[in-house]
Amino acid sequence: MRGMVVPSAVTRREFILTAVSVAGGLMIGIGAAPRSARAAAISEQPWNDSEYAPHEIDAWIAIDPDDSVLIRYQRSEMGQGSMTALPMMITEELQCDWSKVRIEYASSNRSVREHRVYGNMYSHGSMSVRESQKMVQQVGASARERLIAAAAARWHAPATECVAAQSVVTHRPSGRTLRYGELAAEAAKVKLAKEPAIKTPAQFTFLPRRIPRADLAHKTNGSAKFGIDAQVPGMVFASINACPVRGGKLKSVDESLLAGVPGIVGVVKLEDAVAVVATDSFWRAKRALSRLQPEWDVGAAGSVDSEQLSKEFRAALTDRMVVARNDGDVDKAMSGAASTFEAIYETPYLSHSPMEPMNATVNLQPDRLDVWVGTQDAEWALGAAARASGLRPEQVHIHNAFLGGGFGRRDANDEILQAIGIAKVVKRPVKLIWTREEDTRHDRFRPHAVVAFKAVTDSDGMPTAWSMRVVTSSIFKSVGIPFPPDKAEPPAIDGLESNGYNVPNTRVELHLRNTHLPVWFYRAPGANQHTFAIESFLDELASAHRLDPYQMRRKLLEGKPDWLKVLDTAAEKGDWGKPLPKGSGRGIAICNFTDSLCAQVAEVTVKPNGAVKVNRVTVALDTRHMVNPQTVTEQAEGAVIFGLSAALYGKITIKDGAALQGNFDSYRMVRLAEAPRIDVHLVPSGGNVWGGAGEPGVPPVAPAVTNAIFAATGKRIRTLPIVDTDLRSGET
Amino acid sequence: MQHIRLPWDHEDPYESRRRKLRGPRIIRTTRVRRTQAKLLARSLAFDVSWPASGLHERILVITIEVNGVSRQIDIEPDTPLLWVLRDVIGLTGTKFGCGIAQCGACTVHIDGVAMRSCSVPIGAIDGAKVVTIEGLSSDNNHPVQRAWIEEGVPQCGYCQSGQIMAVVTFLKKYSTPTDADIDANITNICRCGTYEPLRRAIHRAAELMKS
Repeated sequence: MRGMVVPSAVTRREFILTAVSVAGGLMIGIGAAPRSARAAAISEQPWNDSEYAPHEIDAWIAIDPDDSVLIRYQRSEMGQGSMTALPMMITEELQCDWSKVRIEYASSNRSVREHRVYGNMYSHGSMSVRESQKMVQQVGASARERLIAAAAARWHAPATECVAAQSVVTHRPSGRTLRYGELAAEAAKVKLAKEPAIKTPAQFTFLPRRIPRADLAHKTNGSAKFGIDAQVPGMVFASINACPVRGGKLKSVDESLLAGVPGIVGVVKLEDAVAVVATDSFWRAKRALSRLQPEWDVGAAGSVDSEQLSKEFRAALTDRMVVARNDGDVDKAMSGAASTFEAIYETPYLSHSPMEPMNATVNLQPDRLDVWVGTQDAEWALGAAARASGLRPEQVHIHNAFLGGGFGRRDANDEILQAIGIAKVVKRPVKLIWTREEDTRHDRFRPHAVVAFKAVTDSDGMPTAWSMRVVTSSIFKSVGIPFPPDKAEPPAIDGLESNGYNVPNTRVELHLRNTHLPVWFYRAPGANQHTFAIESFLDELASAHRLDPYQMRRKLLEGKPDWLKVLDTAAEKGDWGKPLPKGSGRGIAICNFTDSLCAQVAEVTVKPNGAVKVNRVTVALDTRHMVNPQTVTEQAEGAVIFGLSAALYGKITIKDGAALQGNFDSYRMVRLAEAPRIDVHLVPSGGNVWGGAGEPGVPPVAPAVTNAIFAATGKRIRTLPIVDTDLRSGET
Repeated sequence: MQHIRLPWDHEDPYESRRRKLRGPRIIRTTRVRRTQAKLLARSLAFDVSWPASGLHERILVITIEVNGVSRQIDIEPDTPLLWVLRDVIGLTGTKFGCGIAQCGACTVHIDGVAMRSCSVPIGAIDGAKVVTIEGLSSDNNHPVQRAWIEEGVPQCGYCQSGQIMAVVTFLKKYSTPTDADIDANITNICRCGTYEPLRRAIHRAAELMKS
């Protein structure tokens, strides 16, 4: 509880979901969950300041004498549900009673001090489950074996005669039992001769299981603590205005405009931003900041605009390329062809725009730094905060909160570094909040990309050779990930290089063109824009040869049962081929991302005035394995809406080097009235790898919708967003 | 109600060009309904312009009842209710999302009407009764909250306080809502895209309210 003040009007409560809440709507679909299944609990404040618990078996698990089990979750919860899923995996191996499980965040500070005991702590790349799966299963299995060893020692019986289930160890020959709570202290001292083998998915008894996420109660009564909700004694409030042109510097600002204004702590000048700090509310700081008229030194970037960037990117399509994939011989296959098909697709910069604007609360003391923030990577945040404050990593404590959306934005530490910069000046705990405008304009955008396709086909219209040339910006360079310049970085070519089509001659090439705008990972990096390009191009080929887009894809995916299963499921459940009224159409698209496959069929209606309504999206998703089909379904549904906002409206326009769009009035989001009906069909194919769940639903949305628009109107959209294309039919 | 604009926060030419090009927008924008309009008119009538001299705003004593507790607050009357709730009173369940009444994350009830508190100056609601998500029920048992849990609506959860508060007053007017009623009235943004379960939960809440 260090540093956390509880609002006087709110009583701290810990909610435990009971069978009553489970019994209702969550039984839909899969009947695996018994009605008695009860949910685990997460505290409304997901972090624990003490970092240690009294009855720890190890850094991950503590079991109290009353059998309640504390499981630590080492990643972030931004809505993807992994804070429920990973403890479920530990529960599978630990054989504990799920209703007795409490979940809290693992401490990145402890991980730093204890040889990275929690491993990678980030949540991106749909990694939370698929990358941690072996590790957390081992954690659960190891604790279970130590509990069994402790029981066997008490009974002077061989461990092989003991079994563990539902938080109880039973000695089979005698029927004697001991509860986990009675064994935890002894188990903590047990050293296993060798680590037990983890279960294969076929051996699971608890998973997969459709159960409610453990944070539902706090997220329906306002008690869930997000970073923006941190309250620290004596804290002041900061509002910030960074140079509208990235890379620009603060030249001057007339602070005297705020002289004598009550409640203002001061104006803080950072290298590229100005902040106002107020005593009692963010509003006071924001209002005062809006009175300042900072002057910026923006340099050459101050004359960059979107039109110019588009021209430059298109011109660079003939520049030298790095080869990412080269099957067969594309040049040879194309040399004798009578005709080739060519098309260029373009996708704009996008802002992540999570609902919770960027914010951080810091308390910087001479020998300790506390940061309350919602971050997708508490370990990286700790390192960055240590460097910025000059403290040692073990002196920095990141109190990770629930994240009000992330989508890739919440792992750049911008807001944390700014807050530390302000705290150094004001020497008091400070809460920094970005306005929505600041959040949109100072995002690290989804890159702008141009993809040029060229293909030749056989007499049936099937492509025999195709080349894809990409011009986009380097996410790795923005992030600071070293990568050899003669290789193609994956986020720049994902969705193209990873396509599964049997085209004997395939070449994917990349030219990186960096601008003054930093670009970043955005839900399904690369694939979120390149899938639009490749799936549109295939549709164009199909249409040119009067082929059915679904059947054409089937043929190109011959011999790949997992791809076909996903494609067929989407087509069948999405009523592919069934008649539709005039002005309506269906489109299909498929992608391979994070080792998962996702196909979608969109059904749209385009009115004579050009208005687009997406009526329905059918999703087939193969994540190979699943922990909780409930949250996998939610992720697929959410991904459709996320992809749809981007496809219909998403565009950051650059003018004079700065982003024009600032708030949701100019950077539109899909709302309930625009939301299509979404049917999700989960078709896990098994195997040795685990696929991701959070991202693969995003890439197929845009091409499924634009292909459907083509089916409805005959108009082909090659540049996103859709709203930029005039779709009026003239029959008003 | 004055919206504070940043120096470069001008009309977006992309948006206006699009409008010119396309005529009607794809989907109608948020409609302000009559009940809300009345409150909005009160806000608009309230003088929130700053004195020319700067930020030496007069301070008023405002009395509001929040979740049944009467509070006297000395404050500049142009301060939005949202920041009074969050920073002055310490009720953080009401969320900041946009500051211009676009997203609805800050929705609370003012005298029984769902309003976007980021755009309601505290000076315009002197004497009003405010209910926030924290005051909706004592133990998460309001039918809308129960429906939200049963349908498993939240993902990140950040917008859900506002969604729930908007739906509570909506269901008072539309006890058996159609999907069209929902579309026309529930306009809060959810970036996680929970609209599918959210729609189900509204129908379920309507059922729960009857039983």
